[in-house]
This record gives sequence, C-alpha cells and structure tokens, in this order.
Amino acid sequence: MTRKDWRIFLLTALLIAAFPWMVQPVKAVSHYVDVMVFAGIFALVCLGVTMLMGYAGQVSMAQAAFFGIGAYTSAILTGRFALDPWLAMPAGASLAALVAWVVGIPALRLKGHYLAMATLGFGVIVHIILNEEVEWTGGPSGMADLPGLHVLGWKLSTELAWYYFVWGTVFLALLFCFHVLHSRVGRALRAIHEEESAAEAMGVPTARYKVQVFVLSAVLAAVAGSLYTHFVTCLNPSSFNLMWSIRFILMVMVGGMQSLWGALLGTVLMTFVGNEWLHVFAEFEILVYGAILLVVALFLPKGLVSLFTRKPIVHNA
Amino acid sequence: MDSFSLGSALLQYTVSGLTIGVIYALVAIGYNIIYNVTEIINFAQGEFVMLGGLFAVFFAQSLHLPIFLAFVAAIGLTGLTGFAMERLVIRRARSSTVLSLIIITIAVSILLKGTAMFWWGKNPYSLPPFSSGRPFIVLGAAIQRQAVWIFAVSAIVVVCLTLFFRRSAYGKAMLASADNPSAARMVGIPVRQMVLLSFTLSAAIGAAAGVSITPISLMEYDRGALLGLKGFGAAVLGGLGQFFGALVAGIVLGLAESFCAGYLSSGYKDAVALVILLLALFFKPEGLFGSREAAKLKRF
Repeated sequence: MTRKDWRIFLLTALLIAAFPWMVQPVKAVSHYVDVMVFAGIFALVCLGVTMLMGYAGQVSMAQAAFFGIGAYTSAILTGRFALDPWLAMPAGASLAALVAWVVGIPALRLKGHYLAMATLGFGVIVHIILNEEVEWTGGPSGMADLPGLHVLGWKLSTELAWYYFVWGTVFLALLFCFHVLHSRVGRALRAIHEEESAAEAMGVPTARYKVQVFVLSAVLAAVAGSLYTHFVTCLNPSSFNLMWSIRFILMVMVGGMQSLWGALLGTVLMTFVGNEWLHVFAEFEILVYGAILLVVALFLPKGLVSLFTRKPIVHNA
Repeated sequence: MDSFSLGSALLQYTVSGLTIGVIYALVAIGYNIIYNVTEIINFAQGEFVMLGGLFAVFFAQSLHLPIFLAFVAAIGLTGLTGFAMERLVIRRARSSTVLSLIIITIAVSILLKGTAMFWWGKNPYSLPPFSSGRPFIVLGAAIQRQAVWIFAVSAIVVVCLTLFFRRSAYGKAMLASADNPSAARMVGIPVRQMVLLSFTLSAAIGAAAGVSITPISLMEYDRGALLGLKGFGAAVLGGLGQFFGALVAGIVLGLAESFCAGYLSSGYKDAVALVILLLALFFKPEGLFGSREAAKLKRF
C-alpha cells in the first residue's frame, strides 16, 4: 500500500467505526446500520469483482452464483446437518473455489464477449440448480430459520455487532487485496489487462494468474454468501440470479472499477440506492438500474473516483 | 400398441424440438448479423424477441389488427427499436472498450425489459395462431399449424439473408464493413449506415421469432434473457457469423432441450442448452461450421 492508500484506509476505517454513533441517535436514519451490514457483505463480493474486472480485465457475470454457492452451502450444512457455521463457511468457500477453478480454466481462455456469455451461462445454470434441487435447497421458496453466528463465544445478536464484524472482515479482505496487488501477481494482472499477449511474451503465466484471481473473487463472494445466510437467516434463489451479478458489476462501475476504494464507495452508494432510496419505484427500480448502468458506462467509465483524481488510479508498487 | 405410442412420443418430442430449435436459430441469426458487421455481441438480442411478441399482442389484441398486419407491424416497430438503440446508444460508444460495450448492451437489455414490464406488467400474453384449424396428425404425433408457420418464417429468413449477404451490394458492403472498417470506408462504403442497418435488421429478425413463437408458448416481459442466451448458444455452436450453421445448431439445441424435457426432467430443460453453450465455448469456440484460423484473428 502506498502512503496515500494508508491515509485513505485509516480515514475510511475511522469513518466506518464512527458511522453507527452518528446515525443511531437519529430515529429516521437509525436503520442505516442495517443497510450498512448489507453494504459490507456486498463489498466483499465487489472487492473480488474489482480484482477480476478492474485489475485483470476479465468479465464475470457469475459472481451472484458464487455468492449463492457460499450462502447455500452454509445454509444446508448448518440448517440441515447442524454443522458449526465456522466449519460450513470454509466448506462453502472451498466449494466455490473448486467450481471456479474447474470452470475458470476453460472459461478464462475466452476473452471479452465470449467470456461474458460463458460466465453468464454458468451463472444461470447455478440458479436453475438452486431452484430445482428442492430437497436440498427448498426450491423457489427457499429456506428459513437458519442459525445466526457466534464470534468467539459471543452471539452476533444486534445489528451493531454484525456491523462491526462484517466491516472488520471487509477491512481484512481489503488489506489482503492490496497485498496481492502490490505483489508480483498484482503487477502481472495489470500487465494482462493492458495487453495480454505482451504479458505472455514477457513470461507472465497469464492463464494461471487469471484463474487464480477468478478463484479469489469466487472465494470472497462465497464468504460473503455465508455471512449473508447467517445475517438474514433465510434464503431463496432470487437473491442469486443474473440481475444480482449485474448489480455487483454496477456497484463496482459506479465507484470506479480500477480502484479498490472506488469499489467500496460504489457498493455503499448502490446498496443505499437499492435498499433505501428506490423503494418508491418498487419493482420498476430495474429501469433506474438500467439507466445508471448505461450512463456510467457511456459517460463515466472510470466511475466516481475518477472525479476526485486527475490521474487514472494505478497502484504502483 | 405400446411400441407405437413410444414411437409417437419420440416423434412428438422431435417436432416440438424442431419448432423451438428454429426459433433459437432465428435468435442466433440476429446475433450473427450484428456480429458480422460490428464484431459486437448484442446482449439485448433476446429482448428484441420478447418485444416482437408483445408488440404483436398489442397490435392484434388492443388495436384488433388482423394477425398478419400485427406480425408486420411488430417486426417494424422492433426494427425501429433496434434502429434507435444503434443511433442513440451504440454510436456514442464506438470508441469504448469491449468491456464497456458489453455493459452498455446489457444496460439496454435491462431498460427494454423494464419498459416492457412497465407497459405490459408481469403476466404472460397469448396470441392467436397465424391460421386456425386442427393440428395435423402424422404417425400419431400432433403438429400444430403454428409450427408449420414457424418453419416457413425461418426458412424464408435464412434464404433471404443468405442471398442478401452473398449477392446484393448492400450485403457485401455490410460484410466488408466488418472485415475492415477503414478499408471499407476508403472504397466508399458508408460504414455507419451499415452498422445502423445491421441493428435494425437483427432486431426485426428477433421480432419475427418472437411473434411466431408467442401463439405456442406465450410471451412475457422476462423471457428475453433466456431466449437470448440459448440463441447465443446456437450462434456459437454453429460458428459465429454462419447463417446455415446457426440453423443446424439451433435445431440441435431445440432437440436436446425437448428430449431432456420429455425423457429426463422438465425442470432442467433450460439448463441443457446452457450446458451445450458452455461446452461449445470451452472446447470448440469456433463452432461446428466456423474456421479455427478465422476465430484466432477475432477480437475475442
């Protein structure tokens, strides 16, 4: 991390830590803590999307599927087999990693439109499985009464506890992502984004790195899915459909996908937009999403952070 | 008796597989036209199919037009939508990266789908078949009259397009624009108009598929994505840019889906086409009828 990133990191951490104390006394916005728990969970997914799309330049329309794999593995293992959530979570992450690896090796040989379609198709298949395997997943009506989460013997019973736990996890993941980006792998990923054949000619094992970052994004999404399961304690497949994959991409694009900070900003902003401010539109919010996506892609392809920085944000090691 | 009914069930599945298969082929041809001219994969292609069906419902049931007029009007209006999409959105994005282009066509598809939900709500709509009458009974399998119409529509589309691209100056100019836009411009081909034409044509063909299938399987606002995805499967399997390949591949997908629904599980029938799509992308991205050398030169 550069000195500038450390400064932003500390500032953001302080802001996140102070946020509940600022909103909770005001009744009208006290439930923002709840919204922020969702934002934190989505942020984990979006950090993965940023690594994959923003840095390595590879599209994935399947992140909601990995989110779902994590969520449903946790739900099935804890709900049906009474396994400890802390064992179910790594199981879900491992399953997502395995699936991402198996799908990623052939898929990431594809580029651009083909890669987008392949991941899209894979995501839809996972969604169909979640709907059809009624005995395991409860089918379209989903599962309910799933267990919550204990951390070091403490039950996360309030939203405030969840808030600090989730955002603590987000900051850990953020540190890890920065670490990856400033390593040899991170430089290689940016080289792949810039010009894949040149990177390959310079001896970068492009195929291996692309699959690795895909697996990383899948693991982050799966962990987020597990947290989601234990936070909301009920699931149904509609939270893991194609529209959600698009929403994750939208979150990252709004903030600016070539910066991890942009991803965080976009995620928080779009979670508030989705959970709070679009309720007036009810189900027509989809029109607003389409419009935002179009406007951002056409006029602000580098996202909101590009308004704050003159230079394109590149994290030089 | 038993073997006869087994045989007629097989025939019945074959007929329904062929019917839906040529629809996928039409969707695939829509992808191919835009791809042939711009090398863009239009993620909103499936929405054109949905719009075609719902526009036809509007013309036939709200305005009480005869079905053939409704068919033509729906195709025209959807073609206009494709025209507007190119003119208002794609043209602004010509210098965008592939990633942005993908996002942009996805955004358009969301907007079209949302607008359709706004106008028509979430209910499925039906349309009267193009000609009424009992289904034909062939060897114990019932063939709906609408299925015959679907075959006719797709045969006409495939023949006309093949002639258009092989013989007419416009068609050749469109192919040239795809091959090398700057060289095409140099010899006086209005590349922008060709791109505009490709979006219009492709939307119109998607609409033809949508109108034809609505009397059999109804139409609702959110059918576009899956139809588009399966059509793309047919386009890839047939070799992107190949019209005849798309037809064969569409039929293969349709048959696979119909047999799966008949003999294995109807819940997983949608997954069959997608699994074939993935297998095609992973192991034979140049398709059954495409050239491997040409595929290597493409942008993706």
